[in-house]
Amino acid sequence: MRRVVVGAHYGLRDWLAQRVTAVIMAVYSVVLVFIVLSEAPLRYDAWRDLFAKGWMRVATLLFGVSLAWHMWVGVRDIVMDYVKPDGLRLAIQVLTLLTIAAYLGWIVQILWR
Amino acid sequence: MANAAIKKARPKYLSLAALLFEIRLPLAGWVSILHRVSGALLFLATVWLLFLLDRSLASESGFESVRSYASNPLVKVALLVLIWSYCHHFCAGIRFLFLDIHKGIDKETSRLTSIVVIVAGLALAALFGARLL
Repeated sequence: MRRVVVGAHYGLRDWLAQRVTAVIMAVYSVVLVFIVLSEAPLRYDAWRDLFAKGWMRVATLLFGVSLAWHMWVGVRDIVMDYVKPDGLRLAIQVLTLLTIAAYLGWIVQILWR
Repeated sequence: MANAAIKKARPKYLSLAALLFEIRLPLAGWVSILHRVSGALLFLATVWLLFLLDRSLASESGFESVRSYASNPLVKVALLVLIWSYCHHFCAGIRFLFLDIHKGIDKETSRLTSIVVIVAGLALAALFGARLL
């Protein structure tokens, strides 16, 4: 199959993903802020119980996956703009991907310890 | 064009001094670069924030240790910067979503929404900072 680098679709998926994940995280953030501020001052019991709820774990995991994807597109954009040497750019991108994977793994571990 | 006396020196190369003192970034430009800076900060700080979340959920003593850790003035400043980063990134992001669907792209509206985003980011950071720190 012939691939044209400047053709349609290239980059569109990332562009769209960045916006969809942004909306998901925005909704989660607003809900979390309302919950936390309505509990204030926050005690450990309430904090633990909140993240023990099934829907909260799933919502937080959805937030984590959105965060990971959003971070990848955003950091990659920054790296593509400012880091010109190919080797260094590739190294930073690989490091970024590993970091994001570790973040996501840690989130899962925190939620289902 | 014919008057050589008013012809400016070309090409003009951007130096750091020119970027800092000569070229005045329009407000929309400030919203944009701060969106980028705040995003980069949040990416780098996520390791620290996850550490705090991990400790705070692990046990009651962990929760209290995070609380006392967060009472350190240096930690408070760092958290406030991150809270601002999140608030600005949030507000600027919503503005960009509207620009995507061609809302608010004329000069006056764009300028107005830039001011709103910068002020809202600071105001929300102050509000949450005061409530949480």
